Amino acid sequence: MKPKSRYTFAYLDEQTKRMIRRAVLKAVAVPGCQIPFASREMPLPPGWGTGGLQVTAAVIGQDDVLKVIDQGSDDTTNAVSIRSFFARTANVATTTRTSEASIIQTRHRIPETPLREGQIMVYQVPIPEPLRWLEPRETETRTMHALEEYGLLYVKLYEDITRLGEAATSYNYPVLVEGRYVMSPSPIPKFDNPKLDRSPALQLFGAGREKRIYALPPFTAVESIAFEDHPFTVQRWERACDLCGSAESFLDEIVIDDAGGRMFACSDTDFCERRRQAGNRGAMSAGLIAEELAGELIGESESEGGAQ
Amino acid sequence: MYVAIKGGERAIRAAHALLDACRRGDPDVPELDLDQIREQLGLAVDRVMAEGSLYDPEFAALAVKQAQGDLVEAIFLLRAYRTTLPRLGESEPVDTTRMAAMRRVSAVYKDLPGGQILGPTFDYTHRLLDFELADGRDAPDIAEADEPLHEPLPRVLDWLNAEGLIEPPGGMGQKQPDTAPDVAVDDAAGAADAGDDASEKCGGPHPHNDDPEPGDITLDPLELPAGRDVRLQCLARADEGFLLSMAYSTQRGFGRNHPFAGEIRTGEVAVELCPEELGFPVSVADITVTEADMINQFKGGGDVPAQFTRGYGLVFGRLERKAVSMALVDRALRAEELGEEASSPAQDHEFVLLHADNVQASGFVQHVKLPHYADFQSELALVRGLRRKWEVGKRGGGTTTDGAGDTPEAHDVDDAGDSHLHSFGPDGMENGA
Repeated sequence: MKPKSRYTFAYLDEQTKRMIRRAVLKAVAVPGCQIPFASREMPLPPGWGTGGLQVTAAVIGQDDVLKVIDQGSDDTTNAVSIRSFFARTANVATTTRTSEASIIQTRHRIPETPLREGQIMVYQVPIPEPLRWLEPRETETRTMHALEEYGLLYVKLYEDITRLGEAATSYNYPVLVEGRYVMSPSPIPKFDNPKLDRSPALQLFGAGREKRIYALPPFTAVESIAFEDHPFTVQRWERACDLCGSAESFLDEIVIDDAGGRMFACSDTDFCERRRQAGNRGAMSAGLIAEELAGELIGESESEGGAQ
Repeated sequence: MYVAIKGGERAIRAAHALLDACRRGDPDVPELDLDQIREQLGLAVDRVMAEGSLYDPEFAALAVKQAQGDLVEAIFLLRAYRTTLPRLGESEPVDTTRMAAMRRVSAVYKDLPGGQILGPTFDYTHRLLDFELADGRDAPDIAEADEPLHEPLPRVLDWLNAEGLIEPPGGMGQKQPDTAPDVAVDDAAGAADAGDDASEKCGGPHPHNDDPEPGDITLDPLELPAGRDVRLQCLARADEGFLLSMAYSTQRGFGRNHPFAGEIRTGEVAVELCPEELGFPVSVADITVTEADMINQFKGGGDVPAQFTRGYGLVFGRLERKAVSMALVDRALRAEELGEEASSPAQDHEFVLLHADNVQASGFVQHVKLPHYADFQSELALVRGLRRKWEVGKRGGGTTTDGAGDTPEAHDVDDAGDSHLHSFGPDGMENGA
């Protein structure tokens, strides 16, 4: 049998990383514009975050501290898998704390804790083309972007409002970047869209299967598509988190018994945990059931730095 | 729980241990070794090498073993491995005319110079389960032929080309040869001789040395519309099932292109590298490939006399079904270039090229297993809000088309009958506005 192969730092070879960095620089220079790049096969399936994985691999350094979340949580299967991938191949420190991370790779959420200058958000993007569901052809949509032909999006929004009274898009809600390019924010709930606007962090978006990278440099103006007389709105819950009492964060609904009883808890598990450490309590956190649930559902993260 | 938020890492480790136990099966049954897979499941290994786009029977066999025989998973393993390998150089164009063929058949001529060579084929076998094989069987004695095969085997399409009856290999735009056909056969052999001379130096008089530099789908993102070089690369590593169905659809009228199997050949070809410091090519490997040269629907009129058109397929290993499928789809994708209406799926570049790769398709289709509860929660909230509006409308409150400022009553979670209405309230203003 042949000798075992050795992989380079952060898995990708240096030429590939340079190619990705060039695409990232181009993307930063033209905010919101999708830049084609020669996406590589990764040891994770395409559609499972390979774009984010490649962007992170290209920008991560030995001194970075990496946080990986999936649907807001550090401990869901894919987040665990991606975090341990970098712990193994790059041997970098990992964290679950938003404030401690220098790079945050995410799938479908932006942390509740405000980001700061110097941090990099890396988004995993399944479908980078905001016009895809209106026009499936890449050749057509590229031309539409070039000509700033975004009428179709407004037509769809208009039809939603006339038929339903509001926009029928609840996540992956398209945004206009610096008044020029319409961009897909990836499937974050529209609740998170306002966090994109003028964020002090550098935000990079990687679509591996679709071979596109795009970016929002720090403090970029990002506006959700809307009409003047029908302003953009976000989801809001009538209740607070049952564990930490936050009334500000995006809540997950958790079915807790066979009768369909439910509890609500922060989707951002790190945010929820920090609030509870600071002594905040939600409606269910006192009861025994909640303690069990908190144990089962929220829990401390087991990974602090390095490989397991 | 499906996504246990605590203990996720432990659960994953346990799941992978269980996977490995499933791979091994009954421990009393001897474990498969890679030699057995490579030697006795050769067509599985061939498929994994072709779609993994890495010619390495050893690693392909390992992938088949590791993937428990799931070939699409094995292809993914090999593809992910190949992307990490260093590139040592670019080979010279492989000359399939000089193939050491084990099989070579033509469906357009009853007999031809070099002969019809059946080689190892399932064709004409009766598909009856061979119960004797269940207990194992020794390899049969294969007698050596009296004389070696005619080498090099001339190419069927070269004769047609010499007569001007088929478009040149590069397409209709190329100059037609003005040699007579009977000379052309010798020419084909002569070209092979010239090939021998070409071996003396790099970039010699190869028929395609004037072609533009081909694209590389492994190093550059696919740009549409794509040239034929890039399309053929996509097809060569496309999913066999996808190509087969696409090819089949053209035969059933969705972009018909009247294929004849001009020539199909399988055998070993030399891969040659031209190290700069040497200045002449050296053979670095012999690989088995299958090539399909199809003769398709004729064209002509105006400045161009009637002539047949071409479809081309070339794959690693003995994957004849795939080579033929590839050639049919290649021809279908040339519809517009040849002035045909391109109205069928197999003729649609974007449809075929962007959906042919099973590594991508399998990954994205299966990503639905990842948690989507933040997205689903967003949809739940939206649907609940829309239902509430609808009910208000039904009660005669008039449909409000104003998504803002319409404050819901708080409901109790335990209010079973109506519990789907309690958590939504559109916020009238953008955050921080």
